Amino acid sequence: MIAGSPPRRKTPAAICLIGLALGFLCIFLLLPLLTVFVEALSKGLGPFLEALAEPDALSAIRLTLLVAAIAVPLNVAFGLAASWAIAKFDFPGRSVLVTFIDLPFSVSPVVAGLVYILLFGMNGLLGPVLREYDIQIIFAVPGIVLATVFVTFPFVARELIPLMQEQGRDDEEAALSLGATGFQTFCKVTLPNIRWGLLYGVLLCNARAMGEFGAVSVVSGHLRGLTNTMPLHVEILYNEYNFVAAFAVASLLALLALVTLVVKTALEWRFSYVRQGAGS
Amino acid sequence: MVSLRTFAFASVAALGLSLAACSGASSQTDGGTVELLNVSYDPTRELYEEINPLFAAKWKEETGQNVKINMSHGGAGKQARAVIDGLDADVVTLALAYDIDEIAAQTDALSKDWQSRLPNNSSPYTSTIVFLVREGNPKDIRDWDDLVKPGVQVITPNPKTSGGARWNFLAAWAFAKQRYGRDAQAQEFVTRLFRNVPVLDSGARGSTTTFSERGIGDVLLAWENEAFLAQKELGEDKFDIVVPSISILAEPPVTVLDGNAARHGTTELAKAYLEFLYTPEAQDVIGRNFYRPTAEAVKAKYARQFPQVNLVTIDGEFGGWQAAQQRFFNDGGVFDRIFEQRR
Repeated sequence: MIAGSPPRRKTPAAICLIGLALGFLCIFLLLPLLTVFVEALSKGLGPFLEALAEPDALSAIRLTLLVAAIAVPLNVAFGLAASWAIAKFDFPGRSVLVTFIDLPFSVSPVVAGLVYILLFGMNGLLGPVLREYDIQIIFAVPGIVLATVFVTFPFVARELIPLMQEQGRDDEEAALSLGATGFQTFCKVTLPNIRWGLLYGVLLCNARAMGEFGAVSVVSGHLRGLTNTMPLHVEILYNEYNFVAAFAVASLLALLALVTLVVKTALEWRFSYVRQGAGS
Repeated sequence: MVSLRTFAFASVAALGLSLAACSGASSQTDGGTVELLNVSYDPTRELYEEINPLFAAKWKEETGQNVKINMSHGGAGKQARAVIDGLDADVVTLALAYDIDEIAAQTDALSKDWQSRLPNNSSPYTSTIVFLVREGNPKDIRDWDDLVKPGVQVITPNPKTSGGARWNFLAAWAFAKQRYGRDAQAQEFVTRLFRNVPVLDSGARGSTTTFSERGIGDVLLAWENEAFLAQKELGEDKFDIVVPSISILAEPPVTVLDGNAARHGTTELAKAYLEFLYTPEAQDVIGRNFYRPTAEAVKAKYARQFPQVNLVTIDGEFGGWQAAQQRFFNDGGVFDRIFEQRR
């Protein structure tokens, strides 16, 4: 680990560069983040809390949590299955699968949304059939969930594949040779090995699921109190000259990011600690 | 160390939570309440926010039924597109007739003669296009020809997605046509105008915030109601309204999407909702929100609020929306050509 290398004296150039990097961070990350909170609290705590307790805001928060609560477990299930398959088995089409997993990262979120409009829209492939049975997918909650699942697809898998590949199959093979069933092996050997990486992936996936704007905006239909997630609600409030409320909801999202960051850092620390412990 | 059991518990809890949330969402619609979806254009947010509770109270009094009116706002073209793609609206209240024509053409939700079903071309309120400039009018903008001067930045939404922007475009065209006489000169004029446009937002409200909040541009081409509202919300001491020598009578129409309403069983409700917009009660709210009322009595009450403008009409000047849309805004139309020259 890096801790082993001896501390060096900082040259002026190094100090300059560090200063530059910190200054850059302050202006481009810290300052905007601070502005969100300052704007949100510009009229005091009362209006801030009022804005969050407003029915449309509450329903936006509820919808965002619901979407995340559906998208994240789906991603965990898929991510686990995919990375397990990719890391532990050889099969034809493996590299194709890896490429497909990355697709949502490279596709613009707007395209992700439009794809569902083309598929489920009235002029789309399935739209007329769905209307026949009175099933509403786009411009309703299912569409928002689908779009979110699409854009968050790679998070868990991307986190687990390198980890599982690094760990190899020795542990699992040992367990199997000692008579464990496949399921037992998965629960008692594989899962404990990857749990920190998995938790880390879940966290990132959750942050993105709650914060996604582009894809969700395309399929939402922007019905107040029905299909507005928090990011969409921020935009609506801002457009209605309701700046305190807009920044109040935005600060809630920012807070989520901060919490994610803290937990992530804690996990990373824990992760390296555990791995180091295992290594020595 | 966190044990595997805790981890498993957390995952199960998360799953359970999501399931609970799911069932919570589906039980939201209870029997006593009927829902109505009004898909509208960008600046009407405040208007319908005020009208909807009035109508709900009246409907409750007449029928004993609770009604919840859901709203969706956005650029008129974009909204029409969403309805065509399956946004399940009971009524649409859009910025111009063409967008509703388009819904009629591409879906079987309503008949082509929809515009004759309600008074005033189905427009319960009208408006026009004015200029919003910064306090004291520092660039001294008085009329349309001031907008093409070098160094003047003009803010307007994109005519491809916004109804308001199409009215802006046509008002500018009408001015140039009357001033210079020929179509070629009018096109030349509008081309120069769009060279002065630094940002094209997708809806009217986006443009208003670009101009008022982000401080971009010297003049905003805006709905009259939007200009008054910006003054009211953000301070009269910040912006002045300039009325050009000529503008256009904007008729934002409303209609019931019969097919959708019939499927929801809301036909009566939807009809009553739109008819309510013509009542003195609603017309008063309309005037208070800076839309021009159409009922004579209310018109008189708010007459002093609105400046006298020399207004051309879409039918008189451009031969109706179908013709105007074909000629100016469809792909390969005048606007596309202008926009290419702009670059």
